[in-house]
Amino acid sequence: MKKVELVQISKSYNHHTNVLENINVSIEPGEFFVLVGPSGCGKSTLLRMIAGLEDISQGKLFIGGHHANLLRPSQRGISFVFQNYALYPHLTVAENIVFGLQAQKVPKNERNKRCIEVADMLGLIPFLKRKPRELSGGQRQRVALARSIVSQAPICLMDEPLSNLDAKLRSHMRSEIKQIQRRLGLTMIYVTHDQVEAMTMGDRIMVLNEGKIQQIGDPLQIYNHPANAFVAQFIGSPPMNLIPATFNKQKQTIQIEYHHEILVPLHDVRNISNEDIIVGIRPEDIHLARNEPIHFQIEVVNVEVLGTETIISFKIKDQQWSMKWNGQWRIAIGDRIPISLDYQVLSIFDSKTGTALKNAKADTHYKINEVNL
Amino acid sequence: MINKWVVYPLLMICSICLIFPICYAFFISLMDGGEILQGQILPKSVTYQNYIDAFKSVPLLQYLWNSFIVSTSVTIGMLVVSSLAAFTFVFIPFHGRNVVFFIFISTMMIPWEATMIPNFLTIQKLGWINSYEGLTIPFFALAFGTFLLRQHFKIIPLELYEASQVAGLSQFKFFYKIVLPVSKTSLVTLGAYGFLTTWNMYLWPLLVTSNDSVRTVQIGIKQLQTQEIATEWGVVMAGVIIVIIPALLLLFLGQKQLQKGLTQGSIK
Repeated sequence: MKKVELVQISKSYNHHTNVLENINVSIEPGEFFVLVGPSGCGKSTLLRMIAGLEDISQGKLFIGGHHANLLRPSQRGISFVFQNYALYPHLTVAENIVFGLQAQKVPKNERNKRCIEVADMLGLIPFLKRKPRELSGGQRQRVALARSIVSQAPICLMDEPLSNLDAKLRSHMRSEIKQIQRRLGLTMIYVTHDQVEAMTMGDRIMVLNEGKIQQIGDPLQIYNHPANAFVAQFIGSPPMNLIPATFNKQKQTIQIEYHHEILVPLHDVRNISNEDIIVGIRPEDIHLARNEPIHFQIEVVNVEVLGTETIISFKIKDQQWSMKWNGQWRIAIGDRIPISLDYQVLSIFDSKTGTALKNAKADTHYKINEVNL
Repeated sequence: MINKWVVYPLLMICSICLIFPICYAFFISLMDGGEILQGQILPKSVTYQNYIDAFKSVPLLQYLWNSFIVSTSVTIGMLVVSSLAAFTFVFIPFHGRNVVFFIFISTMMIPWEATMIPNFLTIQKLGWINSYEGLTIPFFALAFGTFLLRQHFKIIPLELYEASQVAGLSQFKFFYKIVLPVSKTSLVTLGAYGFLTTWNMYLWPLLVTSNDSVRTVQIGIKQLQTQEIATEWGVVMAGVIIVIIPALLLLFLGQKQLQKGLTQGSIK
């Protein structure tokens, strides 16, 4: 187990623009740390800088307390799982697994023992004699995983390892990777663009956008208290609904559409200084208005019935919103439905900077359940 | 789809045109002098005298051996030099890499004959006239070979290189253990190409050799033709048949690989 520390790290390819800027984070030993962001946000670059496959333009990298900027990849005590697995096509599965050990001059007996051990753990024993091209995607993925585990490196880096798998296999491998990481106590740094992977696997998540850290925190913290509008919209499926609105200080109301106003409680009024704001609401927080005051009368444009829940899309001020209701609902496209927006569940962001001014009251709506036996 | 009845006859005619000279040479090598002058195509009686004469009149075995040594060393030398150069052009980034590469392959446009005189002078200065070095070393660095291998190395995913870096492999080990085995087909293609080209080379060996000790077999054939006052075509053809056997063997053995290697760059 080793700690990885990034201090003021920046990356620039042309000395003018930074693709990564001021990255400060310390990844604890044995932690499952997820780097998540849209494509082109620099997450892979950051991972490759930690691995030593890219130079660090500025800042310092410490691995296990040692300054590691100039160490070669093989000296950093890491293993790396590539997106397309990077298996050697001319070697068998067994040879692929022990390839790195051979390079490190691990004795043959030891090599074989470790290979069998890891292959057994990942269910690869029947395939040891095969070539990578004779394997399915999931099996190749396992070989790549085995190769990284067998090295016994304390830090494991993964670059979108599940993106080439189909949905079912992906969810299976998610839990498998997580279990292995736990069992071996690896420090895992995992890059993905998939917020579901980030939420389900990470002990902590770092959300990146345009080369800058948006937020670092554990999954629920990020979901419940997004630091800005970007994080709010990036994490969650369907994403948080956002809409520009105006805040009227005199009337103490938020006006979304001409007729619809939401009253702001007094203690929140001083937190909101701007007139232009962005209002956000999670799809699961929009309810059918029964007895509450009706805020909106909406027209349904699409319905997705998923069995356990129903996702209803509608247009509001030229924006498509969606809401997620539990259970199965019989709703037709074109139906008009009254909905209510409760102030409690609204998130409010500064319209210029996107910074969160107020988060939805998570504790009232998402009660974190605990099992007490 | 073009009709089979059109394509197959056409192919047959082409192959007959191609194969006829070789077959004719073979038949002539089995005829005695009188028959050849009569202009027969098929020999009436088979005689091996021409083959015996061919070996007797010039040191054909020595020539064959020389050719074999020269072709093999050129093949190996060319593979080593081209693959290392191609590796550099693909896996080692340095400033101006593409420029250097384009200068490198632009040498393909300079005809070999134009470089012959400077090459000859160099060889002469080095004292390599009448030596295997003079026959082989000028052909080690081949722009075409570098180009071919570079194209193949480029389809090797960069991740393999990075994975081997993480595993702690040196660049040379990566080259030796990953790149070469993965590019086997291209190496075989280039090897076959190099071997055949060298085997068939005539002008350069003629220039840099003046005695039998290192002369190659192509010059030997020429000698068969000119040593007698009236050329004995039967003997010459016997020599020709002996000379093309290695080339044919190589072609039959390497044909599949050759095709694969030449078309590989185009797919994907």
